[in-house]
Amino acid sequence: MGGGSRAWLGLGLLAGLALCPLVVPMYWVFILTEVLIMGLLAMSFNLLFGGAGLLSFGQASLFGVGAYGAALVLLHGPPSLGLAFAAGVGGAALVSLVIGYLCVRRDEIFFAMLTLGFGMMLFTVAHNWREVTGGSDGLSGFALPTLPVLGLSLFDPRVMYWFTLAVVAAGVGVLWRVHRSSFGLVLRASRENRERLAFVGASVARYRLAAFVVSGTLSGAAGVLFCLFNQMATPDVMHWAYSARPVLMAVLGGSTVFLGPAFGAAAFFALEQAVTSVTDSWMIVLGAVLIPVVLYFPEGILGTLVRWVSRPGRGDRE
Amino acid sequence: MDAIWVNLLNGLSWGMLLFLISVGLTTVFGVLGVLNFAHGSFFMLGAYLCMQAMAWFPSFWLGLLVGPVVAAGVGAVVERCLLRRVYARDLSFQLLLTFAILLVLDDGVRLIWGSRYHVVDPPAVLAGVVPMFGGSYPVYRLFLVAVGPAVGLGLWAFFRLTRWGKVIRAAAMDREMAEGVGIRVPALFTAVFTFGTWLAALGGALAAPHQSVGPAMGERIIIESFIVVVVGGLGSFPGAFVGALVLGLFESFGTLFAGRAQMALPYLVLAAVLLVRPRGLFGQEA
Repeated sequence: MGGGSRAWLGLGLLAGLALCPLVVPMYWVFILTEVLIMGLLAMSFNLLFGGAGLLSFGQASLFGVGAYGAALVLLHGPPSLGLAFAAGVGGAALVSLVIGYLCVRRDEIFFAMLTLGFGMMLFTVAHNWREVTGGSDGLSGFALPTLPVLGLSLFDPRVMYWFTLAVVAAGVGVLWRVHRSSFGLVLRASRENRERLAFVGASVARYRLAAFVVSGTLSGAAGVLFCLFNQMATPDVMHWAYSARPVLMAVLGGSTVFLGPAFGAAAFFALEQAVTSVTDSWMIVLGAVLIPVVLYFPEGILGTLVRWVSRPGRGDRE
Repeated sequence: MDAIWVNLLNGLSWGMLLFLISVGLTTVFGVLGVLNFAHGSFFMLGAYLCMQAMAWFPSFWLGLLVGPVVAAGVGAVVERCLLRRVYARDLSFQLLLTFAILLVLDDGVRLIWGSRYHVVDPPAVLAGVVPMFGGSYPVYRLFLVAVGPAVGLGLWAFFRLTRWGKVIRAAAMDREMAEGVGIRVPALFTAVFTFGTWLAALGGALAAPHQSVGPAMGERIIIESFIVVVVGGLGSFPGAFVGALVLGLFESFGTLFAGRAQMALPYLVLAAVLLVRPRGLFGQEA
């Protein structure tokens, strides 16, 4: 697939998503908004996992920093959308700079454990610092700001959806630029062979830190959207069990394909909707689906599809 | 009774439970090279199966015998059918597979026994309290404080002195060489994983009278035992012992000096140790 057809594919996807709220029932507009938000979280997680081979098990805590940053501004400050984003995204960037600095020198299991540990520390702060974070109840009861353009209200689920789509598209655009850049190439090289990359003179830790901050910042942006969407910020989104979600989505959709994690988020929610309409035991089904995916389709759903589609094409040319 | 003594004994009894769970986790990692996310679920399974066995034959000791053995059987099936296929894969995928197993086991337990909490009574010999330091202390916790070192000593003797123990250590050190001298490594891996699950389930059965039995108990313990084995040094046996004691004591004394920040202490310990000694207290530098 050439660069031109990729751009058309992206634009077509965006247009299709933008038209969705006009045709699907209101209930599905809510679900789709959540899919978009979790899709951005999963894709930002995958910059580290698929990109640099770093399994972060604390991604949701940065998501939570974004949500709390926005909630604090909306609760105590002026009802400004820009300020809420600045606080949430800026906070997540700052926190990921600190955590990233401490984590990026470690590999594999140790990186996973360190991010898990720091994530749970942030969870504890959110859960126990009642005066600021509202404890286990979290922060709620703030008014949503209106959009600066056209004065549209985010209370309208469709407006919320389009606004989410715009922010997510911008975030995915950033990730695409990173993916295509020489920086993205160096990251993938660090996944393949860290020593060799260090020998040719690259500072692996510095590249990883940059990736960690970009990833954390975008997770924070997803967190701000989540806070606006739910009109609250709660500590449970910072728990490690929530950090497992972007991991599962990325693996389900395919961590080797750029849009794989977002696709995984959609598959995750579709599966959840289908299963919970029949039974409460959604986790057992998720586990039962995940086991064969990990065993037989490690490239995930989209990754496997892409391979199937591209293989005969290559065969024709040969 | 003095707060220092109470905290010391609480920390020791909790630390000993942590040790029982972590020693299985660290042995499995040392030999198979897999960090088992579902280890806490086997801990929980042990507690539930012990409770179930006690409902059928009303004896705690019988439950302690039957529950862990049945859970270990489940572990053997998991290794044979699932884990075996991913030894050659990336660590992340091994972790994910065991996480999927965790989801199935945790929800399976919820399906079978429901999501409410159950109370398991300690056996009559270990029930009640004993007067100590001008106060009183539950007998069962003292029993746990004694069980930990006993199991630890038994394991140490097993690994150091028996032929089986030496075979396992050999396979952990160099898998190919062990195969070369005629050790059946695949069968050994199944045995070690089964043994590791049995230890976790034994910890769960022993924990049943100590805390309430509920569907969240596996999720809580797995992170703490991760911290123990990483702090102690992955694959290290003395590391698991020291790590478990450090964590148990930190958590119980944390209520004295850290107040509300006590919940964050295990993670602080984890981060501090990993940043200063990346391979853990007893880990060998790679």
